[in-house]
Amino acid sequence: MTDIGFVRSDFVEPRPAPSPTSGPMVWMKKNLFATPLDSVLTVLGLAFLAWIIPPLWGFFFGNAVGPGGTVEECRMENAGACWAYIAAEMEFFIYGFYPATEFWRPNIVFGLGALLLIPLLIPKVPFKRTNAVLILLVYPVLSYILLAGGMFGLRPVPTEMWGGLLVTLILSVVGITLSFPLGIILALGRQSQLPIIKTVCVMFIELIRAVPLITILFMASVMLPLFMPQGMTVDKFLRALVGVTLFTSAYVAEVVRGGLQAIPRGQYEAAAALGLGYWKRMWFIILPQALKHVIPGIVNNFIALFKDTSLVYIVGMRDLLEAVKTKNDAAIEWQSANTATTGYIFAAMVFWVFCFGMSRYSIYMENRLNTGYKR
Amino acid sequence: MQKALVSIAVAASLGLGATAAQAAILDDVKAKGYVQCGVTGGVPGFSAPDSNNVWTGIEVDFCRAMAAAIFNDADAVRFTSLTSQERFTALSAGEVDVLSRTTTWTMSRDTQLGISFVGTMFYDGQGFMVRKDDGIESALDLSGAAICIESGTTTELNAADYFAANGMEFNTVVFVDQDEVVKAYEDGRCDVYTTDSSALAAERSKFANPDDHIILPEVISKEPLGPVVRAGDTQWFNIARWTYFALLEAEELGVSSANVDEQLGSDNPAIKRLLGVEGEFGAPLGLDNAWAYQIIKHVGNYAETYERNVGPSTPIGLERGLNALWKDGGIQYSPPIR
Repeated sequence: MTDIGFVRSDFVEPRPAPSPTSGPMVWMKKNLFATPLDSVLTVLGLAFLAWIIPPLWGFFFGNAVGPGGTVEECRMENAGACWAYIAAEMEFFIYGFYPATEFWRPNIVFGLGALLLIPLLIPKVPFKRTNAVLILLVYPVLSYILLAGGMFGLRPVPTEMWGGLLVTLILSVVGITLSFPLGIILALGRQSQLPIIKTVCVMFIELIRAVPLITILFMASVMLPLFMPQGMTVDKFLRALVGVTLFTSAYVAEVVRGGLQAIPRGQYEAAAALGLGYWKRMWFIILPQALKHVIPGIVNNFIALFKDTSLVYIVGMRDLLEAVKTKNDAAIEWQSANTATTGYIFAAMVFWVFCFGMSRYSIYMENRLNTGYKR
Repeated sequence: MQKALVSIAVAASLGLGATAAQAAILDDVKAKGYVQCGVTGGVPGFSAPDSNNVWTGIEVDFCRAMAAAIFNDADAVRFTSLTSQERFTALSAGEVDVLSRTTTWTMSRDTQLGISFVGTMFYDGQGFMVRKDDGIESALDLSGAAICIESGTTTELNAADYFAANGMEFNTVVFVDQDEVVKAYEDGRCDVYTTDSSALAAERSKFANPDDHIILPEVISKEPLGPVVRAGDTQWFNIARWTYFALLEAEELGVSSANVDEQLGSDNPAIKRLLGVEGEFGAPLGLDNAWAYQIIKHVGNYAETYERNVGPSTPIGLERGLNALWKDGGIQYSPPIR
């Protein structure tokens, strides 16, 4: 009998399954309950969410009064946000005192603006140059004629009657469009070898940066009329527009200057060695590199400008926020515990949408232009 | 040198003369075709957008009345929202032709700012609001009560004066913002809320249960609110002032927008003079003889604008009180038109 070796007479005890390395439980153990401290923080965090979310949900949706609701529903005990009020006063929030029969004019301006701006923002769409000429030269003139009227049989609408989102958008779009080139010119002027240009630019930038925007607006609205001859007035809206633009351009100038300083000296010298003149050097070599560096800073300024437009309330103009405030006070028929709060939330949401949009677009642009450093 | 100085002086005085001559506001207004009226950003009952986003209010009606007197069209008026800081500059700089913006008539403003107050469209004064349950019936019972008040205002000073004068204990809860004050009062953090009575009434109208609150009868300060024009143009000043008086006179004579056309045939000489049937009262103002007729036709008399904007039937719910005509126990009084 040969030894036939080992014959298994009993089975090995089944071992427990290996602990899983993936799956929701593992993820939770690893990320939420790794240590006792983590566990405590997780529980606290969940408790906080459980505490905050139901009332928020109730306020915004559950108990909220929808756009078709009535003020009686808004006044009920436990009623949430009064969206009905927003819906009812939406016209005022968008157009201010702009006459209702003429709403088609701002509507065309809004629509045309979107129609021209969107292709300009998407890199793949052709005809950039034509588009830019249209939006920078033709569009502003057309918009002004449409909005202000008094020409081509359009009923004149004085700027006092403009309001709401219309004012916010005009102020910020014009402010952004004008302050950007102005800021670049100021930044270049500040680095200029020509003493007069340099001094003027430095003085302008330092003066404007050293003064709060409110002061500039006050100066434009309260002091300026005192210096001008009796009976001669410059439109209040125009004054605020100029004030906001100058203010932002000083900040943009400093941001751009930061970009210019980040360009190695060799680039300037190489550009000069190619025999390019000053403007060509700047336009083709220096600025494209410098501006690419400072996109976040510039967009920062534009977002700040967009939000700062609400400061024009101190000179008696009615931007979106001020339109909401006006209605919060004046719309007695809509008074309820949450009316004013809902109004402010609405204004905040509109501001957020625009600012977040700008911020996202700037990130997209950064990534697209980040050719030199992308790995 | 001397010569140069003299010629500069002459030139300067000529320049001044030129400005004075061109300052005929009525001509400017007629040329541009509308009255530019400075109003608040939105005070319900006084000047605020209504639900159709049209300016309404008792102060707005005054501007409409001026437009009606000049153009026979109550809509020939444009409104500029002004903040309280910029209102007087805007008026002196000619950005607005008339300022009708809850402006309290005080001596220093009238004498030092180059402006003239036309009259008192609305007699306001500081009052107190309490909860009905508290059983307080007079401001003299308020010693030691917690008073919600806005800091840095004349309201605060007036209340302090009043309490000191009556030997009462002054106990305040101070906030920087009007909305906070109201909220605190509503939440029961204080027993009393004090500000101008018109504002008290307006705020009360926004409460969940307005009837639970009463406004005490005492009025402890004088806040005459009236329209203002630039000083130095007597004609324009007179137009503004007599627009105001015409509103009062019409109420006193019982002429309203409803019956003004039949009143044209009235035998009452005072009504005849008011409506321009008799006498020549428009020409000295540079207006049509039917100026007051146009005001009443398009805007109504003082009672109508009061009832429409701030009266008891509106959410503001203010009784006439001091603003009743002199013969009804108030102090609104128009000199005779004759």
